[in-house]
Amino acid sequence: MDQIIVQILNGLDKGSAYALIALGLTLIFGTLGVVNFAHGALFMLGAFCAVVFSRLLSLSHEVVDETRTDFLGNPMTVDVPYMHDIFGPEVGASIIDWAVPLSILFSIPVMIAIGFAMERGLIKHFYKRPHADQILVTFGLAIVLQEIIKAFFGANPIQTPAPTAFTGSFDFGAWLGFDPLTIMYPYWRLVYFFFAVVVIGGVFAFLQFTTFGMVVRAGMADRETVGLLGINIDKRFTIMFAVAACVAGLAGVMYAPIVAPNYHMGMDFLVLSFVVVVVGGMGSLTGAVFAGFLLGILESFASMPAIVDLLPGINQIVIYLVAIIILLTRPRGLMGRKGVMEE
Amino acid sequence: MSNKNLTRRGVIKTGAVAGAGLVLPTYLRAQDSGFTNAPTGDTVTLGFNVPQSGPYADEGADELRAFELAVEHLNGGGDGGMLQTFSSKALDGTGILGKKVEFVTGDTQTKSDAARASARSMIEKDGAVMVSGGSSSGVAVAVQALCQEAGIIFMAGLTHSNDTTGKDKKANGFRHFFNSYMSGAALAPILVDQYGADRKAYHLTADYNWGYTTEEAMASSTEALGWETVNSVKTPLTQTDFSSYIAPVLNSGADVLVLNHYGGNMVNSLTNAVQFGLREAEANGKKFEIVVPLYSELMARGAGQNIAGILGSQNWDWKLENQLGDRYSGTNAFVQSFGEKYGFPPSQAAHTCYVQTLLYADAVTRAGSFQPCAVVEALEGFEFDGLGNGPTTYRAEDHQCFKDVVVVRGKENPENEFDLVEIVEVTPTEQVTYAPDHPQFAGGALGSCNNGA
Repeated sequence: MDQIIVQILNGLDKGSAYALIALGLTLIFGTLGVVNFAHGALFMLGAFCAVVFSRLLSLSHEVVDETRTDFLGNPMTVDVPYMHDIFGPEVGASIIDWAVPLSILFSIPVMIAIGFAMERGLIKHFYKRPHADQILVTFGLAIVLQEIIKAFFGANPIQTPAPTAFTGSFDFGAWLGFDPLTIMYPYWRLVYFFFAVVVIGGVFAFLQFTTFGMVVRAGMADRETVGLLGINIDKRFTIMFAVAACVAGLAGVMYAPIVAPNYHMGMDFLVLSFVVVVVGGMGSLTGAVFAGFLLGILESFASMPAIVDLLPGINQIVIYLVAIIILLTRPRGLMGRKGVMEE
Repeated sequence: MSNKNLTRRGVIKTGAVAGAGLVLPTYLRAQDSGFTNAPTGDTVTLGFNVPQSGPYADEGADELRAFELAVEHLNGGGDGGMLQTFSSKALDGTGILGKKVEFVTGDTQTKSDAARASARSMIEKDGAVMVSGGSSSGVAVAVQALCQEAGIIFMAGLTHSNDTTGKDKKANGFRHFFNSYMSGAALAPILVDQYGADRKAYHLTADYNWGYTTEEAMASSTEALGWETVNSVKTPLTQTDFSSYIAPVLNSGADVLVLNHYGGNMVNSLTNAVQFGLREAEANGKKFEIVVPLYSELMARGAGQNIAGILGSQNWDWKLENQLGDRYSGTNAFVQSFGEKYGFPPSQAAHTCYVQTLLYADAVTRAGSFQPCAVVEALEGFEFDGLGNGPTTYRAEDHQCFKDVVVVRGKENPENEFDLVEIVEVTPTEQVTYAPDHPQFAGGALGSCNNGA
């Protein structure tokens, strides 16, 4: 029983990331009709927003410490962060410690700007082109973005720790009445799950309860009619692209302490997120979120030693296996709408 | 084909072109001295095949820095680095056999096919007489086999799998870096000493060649000293989040987690293990411990504070001579040259590549020829010192270097990003030496050296 709870918990944080990325993908597909293979790169850029912001906060000036020597025997130069100079060592250190959560504030305008530039600069030219062209250009863009990141940050993962207050693990076992230390779950992953729930809830509320959201939903259902009513739907869809980029970026920012950011992390999530979208049903936002959590948990279960011993390699194919079964039995996915990607 | 296309002129033209095509390679070979890419002018070209893109690009960049430094020193530039401390005095800073050393580089991308393609290009197009570098055993084995076929000497870079000088060994290939068996043999006694003999280990192993040999080496070495292996789980090489593999460890009855991972895998699995509280946990009444058999400074930088207190092994460390004295002479000379040129200390990947280049140049000079079989003969059984690892031997039976192995531990309070590990102990050569026919190295044969051409 405890193992099952452990794997459900593990699936939740991975599922949260899948759900956030798939939500953005579905938003873009539903509004603009574009299959955006660069969406994983937006997730990666988000994670690197956390890296950049951490580095900005840690910007230092060098002070020569005559009492110590470096590896060549010269007097050692010690880096003193400007934050320490401005706020004093204690407050300065706390600000640097909280770099990842603070990065959210930094990444929102950055990701919106990136989303805006991406849509206006490149993707809008491909609206009327076949899906194959859109896939090729966005895939190419993803490769360009990750190579740029590699050129600046190198190929190795960059550790971006969570605030010290969240570094430990929560003893779920003791909390649920099992033996202590049997079900441990890192605090930050809990934070990530709740953060994902809040962001997903926010996007749904935005679409459901605002006039803007209502127009966007109407545009998703029938773009032409909304246009005929004199509403500039293209402008709203551009904003939705930026919102989707921001959601993927935020997912990346908060994921940075879970898996150290590296230039390739977007690609790792991209393919799985597409499977999530297809399983959830093309164009269905609730389907994307539901499928994200479902596949995250399934993947987690399939990695249990007992199951891998029974079916070696199942952990690597389970998501695709489930996708095949669902598409065979429900060709539109779990919550797919009629007519989407079917013409 | 219809007959009306077949004209006398056409037949003569085709014949001439085909004839020239057949004759050309023979002509190219005819000007050498019976081996592939024999240098004819006043320069000699070496091929440095390193990962310039892909997950180990940072290690590749450090290897390339070391190669450039080695070439500079061979040509008489800079401060001479380890040429000053090397026990063999054959090299005098005038290139190799009086020929100025030039080099070409290739990108392995840490993919066997890409690495073979770039090595082939360096051999066939650029005329490289030796190929070196790399940061993966899969790549090393693939390029080594190619060099054997082509009649080129392969001086392996960072490759740790037993198979490189085990079942996949080749007469034209040489490895200075240590291997999985040596990591196990060096680490096991120290693990028992530090954590006790009554321990239960859980292995997470990267699902490829290097992972298997490292797991086998670690399990057999620790079991021989009383440890029990509770479980071993293979993890996909592409895995980034190891939480579903880490979570069951605490309930498995194990009290030690051995991470047979390298590169990004190591950074991520270790980070996950620390996040799940394994460092603070207790099992079987003992403090839970984590072991990383193969350490790398560059990976340690990636793992940050998570490596604090974790034991592992290394081929070399830039602090060796400062901390353990003259036995490791050459270390400071290399660190000085490298540090002055690049502003930070070299990694073990850089060290092994620098040393391999010097060893090749030295062997050619002592043999008086670039001919691969003469170089092989000069390297086989070669005993040397002053290259940073203490007294070292290139064993003739498998072309593996035998030398001390460094056991390190992640520092609790590192002073800077280059000083992340502390040397715990150096395991002497005798303790990590094995018979050439040891079961972990069984199968395969060196074969005979190939001059190519």
